[in-house]
Amino acid sequence: MKIHEYQGKELFRAAGVPVLQGLVARTPSEAAEAFTKLGGSLAVIKAQIHAGGRGKGSVIGNPAQKGVVLVRSPEETSQAAEGLLGKKLVTIQTGPDGQTVNQVFIEQGCSIERELYLGIVLDRSAAMPVLMVSSEGGVEIEKVAEETPDLILKEHFDPAVGLESFQVRKLCKKLGIEGPAARAADRFMKSVCRFYVDYDCSLAEINPLVITTDGQMIALDAKITFDDNALYRHPAIKELRDLNEEDPNEVRAADAGLSYVQLEGNIGCLVNGAGLAMATMDIIKYHGGQPSNFLDVGGGANTAQVTEAFRILLADPNCKGVLVNIFGGIARCTTIATAIIEASKEVGFQVPLVVRLEGTEVEEGRKMLEESDVDIITAADLTEAAEKIVAAASGAA
Amino acid sequence: MSILVDRNTRVICQGITGNAGAFHTRGCRDYGTQMVGGVTPGKGGQAFDGLPVFDTVEEAVAQTGADATMIFVPAPFTADAILEAIDAGIRVICAITEGVPVIDMVRVYRAVKASGSVLIGPNCPGIITPGQCKIGIMPGYIHQPGKIAIMSRSGTLTYEAVWQTSNLGLGQSTCVGLGGDPIVGTSFIDLLARFQEDDQTEAILMIGEIGGSAEEEAAAFVKENVTKPVAAFIAGRTAPPGKRMGHAGAIISGGKGTATEKVAALEAAGITVAPTPAKMADAVVQAMQKKS
Repeated sequence: MKIHEYQGKELFRAAGVPVLQGLVARTPSEAAEAFTKLGGSLAVIKAQIHAGGRGKGSVIGNPAQKGVVLVRSPEETSQAAEGLLGKKLVTIQTGPDGQTVNQVFIEQGCSIERELYLGIVLDRSAAMPVLMVSSEGGVEIEKVAEETPDLILKEHFDPAVGLESFQVRKLCKKLGIEGPAARAADRFMKSVCRFYVDYDCSLAEINPLVITTDGQMIALDAKITFDDNALYRHPAIKELRDLNEEDPNEVRAADAGLSYVQLEGNIGCLVNGAGLAMATMDIIKYHGGQPSNFLDVGGGANTAQVTEAFRILLADPNCKGVLVNIFGGIARCTTIATAIIEASKEVGFQVPLVVRLEGTEVEEGRKMLEESDVDIITAADLTEAAEKIVAAASGAA
Repeated sequence: MSILVDRNTRVICQGITGNAGAFHTRGCRDYGTQMVGGVTPGKGGQAFDGLPVFDTVEEAVAQTGADATMIFVPAPFTADAILEAIDAGIRVICAITEGVPVIDMVRVYRAVKASGSVLIGPNCPGIITPGQCKIGIMPGYIHQPGKIAIMSRSGTLTYEAVWQTSNLGLGQSTCVGLGGDPIVGTSFIDLLARFQEDDQTEAILMIGEIGGSAEEEAAAFVKENVTKPVAAFIAGRTAPPGKRMGHAGAIISGGKGTATEKVAALEAAGITVAPTPAKMADAVVQAMQKKS
């Protein structure tokens, strides 16, 4: 689960990770008021969406309007807020349709001496979290990793112990950080690592992390993703979820206990198991089609869930055909057959449906479908299923 | 021969009185697995289908001589259940549960590696040596004793591969579901080393997916250490970056962990990669022909 920058910074402040004063606003007048309240001669107004690259991103229909703007008066703040709120911001991470800005964050300015990058992720190979720090702050870290990987310094840490002081000293030495800033770094880096563990993060990224002219270390950004599996032990974090930032179909599917990802093709897929679901998308593509979604109904799917899955698939106007690929293990083919028949009664199939069933109770499942009056193209194996759905969907397009 | 489990393996189920634990304990016993008991804290002294239920794994081991466990306890308690099994000296620990927090697995992983136990999973279908021992949720009847070792990060995609190899009459030596999480107890490499040594295994099929670098690491290991034929399939060639594809571990992040990179690494190591999931068994046959 992702949260907004302003929410991340509130959590940082509470955890002892230094951030600047800032206020969130949902209207231009609130934004102007926030500037006045902060009391400085300069502030930064930042669009709050769950995507990075906001500084370089711009608003659809108004390319001059960037997602992060320096402002010097309440009037300028209100104007910038006007240009952002309710508008769609396109960044390298949003895709071409952009994401609607529903709130802006107005933050104090500060006197920057140096910009760094800091990120914490799980190193899967080492099975440990790793702190990454780089002198190349403020730029895309993926690019740094690609072109100059040596500039990303790494320190692994044991979640039970946290980051050790000697690790911070090593990093500071390599980065040329001395004096008060080195002392600030010790507190800062340990606090962020502790935060990552305490809140079950899967990503904590601060880009840029700045050193001010008076030797403070401050998080100018906060990009945080939480481990969905651990949300049960953080009820307060769960409350920070912003459904406006998520795909409505994905939210609807998740509510039904289904795993769904919206894609841009025209062939809907309904599959049991994540690996088989991905493989089904792949084989559609291999035979010349484009999947319109990833959908894993899971091992214990019941009729209600599968019917809901069909509703979601068929609600997509791009969907010109559906491929059902089930290898019954725990999930029985008869459950899927019942759901297909139910869904057909309830939502009706306006597009071709190819069904490939295999595994537990397959004979009974196939028989149920044959005896029903649902119009189904059956397939004996995966290749045949893919060929048939690609042909049928292009015919229907 | 086979790896890790066979007809002599004595298995308990942690979470035996829960729905899933009960259902699959029966399923494994019906398959022929030596189920010898179960553990549910607070329910010690009861019986489940004639099997003794214990409060602790330690007691279960002492009373039944169990050397393997199948874990179905809910995700918030899974790490603790695994640690308890390690502490009791269980040799093969199979964690089926999905949804274990990653930070918990960091702790568990270190404990497993420092012990003599092998952890399979979590978030996996389990392990099966066809005709001898099934520990997990896979449908037993699609398997057939034979010569192909199968290891996979996915459940149903493994069934697909098993089905294909059974249909060709190749059968399977041992099949292991590694699990779909970012941190799992057993890696492709751990199993490659065992399968290379296993007399019954004539070829190895490895089923990977996007996310992480386990397949690349396995490719490097195969090149140096494995003389048996190896075939592979990677799921997720069409997966978009930054999206979690069902499994917590199936995500392309920061441009890393793509199927393209993995396929390239596997092919560079001389591994035959199936172009589609329908051709997994064919790829195994090709790999075997190539080596002979």
